[in-house]
Amino acid sequence: MPGVGSDKQLPASETALSTPYTAPTSYTVPTAAAVVKPTIVTPSASSVKATVGFLEKEDTVVKKQTPPVSPLPSKKPGDAGGLKLKVSVANSPRSSPKTVQQQTNVKKAEGAVGGMDVRDGDNAGREMAGSNLRSAVEMMGLEGDEGTIQSSVNSMKPVATPKSKSKASRLDVMAEYSKRHGDKELLNLVVIGHVDAGKSTLMGHLLYQLGSVNKKTMHKYEQESKKLGKSSFAFAWVLDETEEERTRGVTMDVAQTRFETDKKIVTLLDAPGHKDFIPNMITGTSQADVAVLVINATRGEFETGFDAGGQTREHALLARSLGVGQVIVAVNKMDTIDWSQERYQLITKKLGQFLTRQAGFREADVTFVPCSGLSGENLSRPPAVPELVAWYTPATTLVEQIDKLRPPVRPIDKPFRLNVSDVFTRVGSGFNVAGRVGSGFVQPGDKVIIMPAAMTATVKNVFIDDAPEAVAFAGDQVNITLSGVDMVNVNIGSCLCDPSSPTKSATRIRAKIVIFNIAVPITKGFPVVFHYQSINEPAVIKRLLSQLNRSTGEVVKRKPRCLVKNSSAVVEIELERSLCLELYTDFKDLGRFMLRSGGHTIAAGLVEEIVQSKMRQNGLS
Amino acid sequence: MKLLQRDMDKTNSGSVTLVPEESEDMWHAYNLVAVGDTIRSTTIRKVQTESATGSVNVSKVRTTLTVQVEGIDFDTQACVLRVSGRNISENQYVKMGAYHTVILEMNRQFTLNKQEWDSITLERIDQACDPAQHADLVAIVMQEGIAHLCLITPSMTLVRAKIETSIPRKRKGLCDQHTKGLHRFYNQIIQAFQRHVNFDIVKCVLIASPGFVKDHFTDYLFAEAMKMDDKTIIENKSKFVLVHSSSGFKHSLKEVLADPVITARLSDTKAAGEVKALDDFYTMLQTDPDRAYYGVKHCERAAENQAIEILLVSDELFRSQDISQRKRYVSLVDSVRENGGDVRIFSSLHVSGEQLGQLSGVAAILRFPMPEEEEEEDENDSDDD
Repeated sequence: MPGVGSDKQLPASETALSTPYTAPTSYTVPTAAAVVKPTIVTPSASSVKATVGFLEKEDTVVKKQTPPVSPLPSKKPGDAGGLKLKVSVANSPRSSPKTVQQQTNVKKAEGAVGGMDVRDGDNAGREMAGSNLRSAVEMMGLEGDEGTIQSSVNSMKPVATPKSKSKASRLDVMAEYSKRHGDKELLNLVVIGHVDAGKSTLMGHLLYQLGSVNKKTMHKYEQESKKLGKSSFAFAWVLDETEEERTRGVTMDVAQTRFETDKKIVTLLDAPGHKDFIPNMITGTSQADVAVLVINATRGEFETGFDAGGQTREHALLARSLGVGQVIVAVNKMDTIDWSQERYQLITKKLGQFLTRQAGFREADVTFVPCSGLSGENLSRPPAVPELVAWYTPATTLVEQIDKLRPPVRPIDKPFRLNVSDVFTRVGSGFNVAGRVGSGFVQPGDKVIIMPAAMTATVKNVFIDDAPEAVAFAGDQVNITLSGVDMVNVNIGSCLCDPSSPTKSATRIRAKIVIFNIAVPITKGFPVVFHYQSINEPAVIKRLLSQLNRSTGEVVKRKPRCLVKNSSAVVEIELERSLCLELYTDFKDLGRFMLRSGGHTIAAGLVEEIVQSKMRQNGLS
Repeated sequence: MKLLQRDMDKTNSGSVTLVPEESEDMWHAYNLVAVGDTIRSTTIRKVQTESATGSVNVSKVRTTLTVQVEGIDFDTQACVLRVSGRNISENQYVKMGAYHTVILEMNRQFTLNKQEWDSITLERIDQACDPAQHADLVAIVMQEGIAHLCLITPSMTLVRAKIETSIPRKRKGLCDQHTKGLHRFYNQIIQAFQRHVNFDIVKCVLIASPGFVKDHFTDYLFAEAMKMDDKTIIENKSKFVLVHSSSGFKHSLKEVLADPVITARLSDTKAAGEVKALDDFYTMLQTDPDRAYYGVKHCERAAENQAIEILLVSDELFRSQDISQRKRYVSLVDSVRENGGDVRIFSSLHVSGEQLGQLSGVAAILRFPMPEEEEEEDENDSDDD
């Protein structure tokens, strides 16, 4: 019986095999999705053995009710096959995708698929089919003997990688996600603060204490930094790796590394503090969930960093506007002021007021930790200095405080998005893109669309922290090896996305902006630099639509002549080139942007509507 | 530009004969020529002659033609002005009414005839014929991965090269890729620099960037120049000036030109003066919004009340094809002048002029505050883009 089953069913598989090869790139997402369902229904309705019969039955039904199928459906079996395979492979790893090819009966398959297409092409059908498919395959594994599985797997051969993610594979992924979350939570943490607050040194020392940096390397850094006469920079060298950063003693670009605490896996982003590198800091912060704001407690230094012109305020405002909700204030360099409680309280009071009243952090989400990056006091080990122990009770170390942070809910059920923050080549693995998965998830073998070039590519490998992974979720910092696309089509700022719901590219947007403390008012025609994720692009404020009440959001004035400081408004912004943007209502994290002008951050904004886009439709079909 | 002959009657109609001497003069010419004028110049025409036997012979002939202007086209990159229209003086090669495109050439005179020469155009001629030596300026505004090489003359900012490369970020263990990418980027700038910068004309080279990119690049440039034995760069080392800018985009030039260090070094300050005037306007908008107006309607109303102290106008408005529009702006300028106001005409090619153009093209700083009237709606929409 199984033998017969496979014989009869195989023809369909051949169709699936042959057609997509001839036209591998041309697929239409909606149709593919629609077609996938019906074929999936096939196995679900009966056990594997019965599949054939069912197919035959379908076949006849189809022939009666559907007109001859146009060339389009002929591609569909491919999709269906691919989809099936995905699931079946996952469940029965024995079955290799590359097995014998079988004879064909093209017409039959076409008819079947076409007919189904007509029958149930709605969403409900798809979902049902998805779960049915899964159970069907499981059944296969239980009921069918070796031969049956093999043959049915053959029939579902992987033809092309699935274009649209089926619900079935998604279910799997959800399970995987919860499993992974069983042990340690992932947290993206950015370190911000005024220049020379000791961000890199603090984090370098923390990494050293946690064992991420071995003694030998550290010793080397100590020796080398001493040679340059900058021995106090030794710990900063852990994160500041380029020659220029080391000789100048200033972080210039975001350094990324990873460490583990008892409860968390933390991706650390060490942002530069110098005001000229705020674009880099924005890039880092847009990828972060939480922040550590480092404060230099030294007399005079805290004041310069905090007063007008210092980066403490700007960084804090930027972090809040970019969606960072929780912040730990690390009051650093406490050793230079003899661990004075008075000073500590003064700083916490001033900052606490600023962070909660002006920057808009919730009081419960702001915590303070006194520490010293250079001596390593109160980082991962409880404080030992008597001056600090005397008044700092109960003592909470920085690491303990990090453990207390709550990771945000990640939008893994949304379509896949990844904003490319780096493109580089690596020996042996072709070319890689790096970035944070903004939403959804990605697996090796997935097809993705690269916007705004509108090119398709296949994900070859997914690496998290240089280790290959089977799947990466929203919030993960990943490196992805791509194939099937030329490197020139992928730039920093490109977006990899799910082909079934590609991202929007925009040249003109309507946005709600909150204006900071600015020196000159914003008029129409005001040139700005538009910072979004990891890109900055020149843009012009084209129209001022309305001025809003800052707290209620009501329209105060329509078509204002200019926008003054600390106001809120709806404006239209025109970008020099098209960028991939998302609406704030769809993707919170991906709908935020910052506007800067003349080296100052002038406004934070939320994308409300894409007014104009130059998306190349043909790239998708 | 040289003015050879000026022949005008009482009503200000008549002709002017000019000789453009440098590429910037083409820009001035572009601002003078309007649709409806006639232009007479020597030009090259392809002429077809048919012999008695019917064989066709095509030859190129240099001839002098007079054309009634219908279309004007200015190429900013090559600084070439093309004027097209119908021939109005027949000669042996070209029939009456035949279309022809005159390409104005350097050092060849042309005669422009207008029905009416207004104050703006006359001023433009004076300005163009001012023999004062003006320094040409090269500015490289850059940030990691983006650089603009611009040539700045008194009335033009020309982007000669835009360099954009993606530089891999610093990454654990792969720092050399970052350095390599950076050097590739610098090399591209150096190439563009060698191609576009002529030190005979250029008096000053500005290198502007945020952070340390400018210092790093300058070091690299001189090191490379040594290696390549490029004498011109080494000899002109004193012409290089490093300035801070907030980004590598073109509009950052505004910040660069506003830098007092730079203004002191420039013999001609028109570009910098424009930046200053626009900044003043914005400051006024911040401190006393009732004394800063923009938009034609608002400015006209202010002019009626003799309130305008400084009027900022983009020269783009005077190139309007619509004669009544053009007249409207000219009369605005004239009325401001009559009342002792100061008029600054911005070049639309400069970054500041570009910004003013976006801001409806006209802006004014008033002598006394005039409360804003809450009436007109949708007025701004018409002059959007």
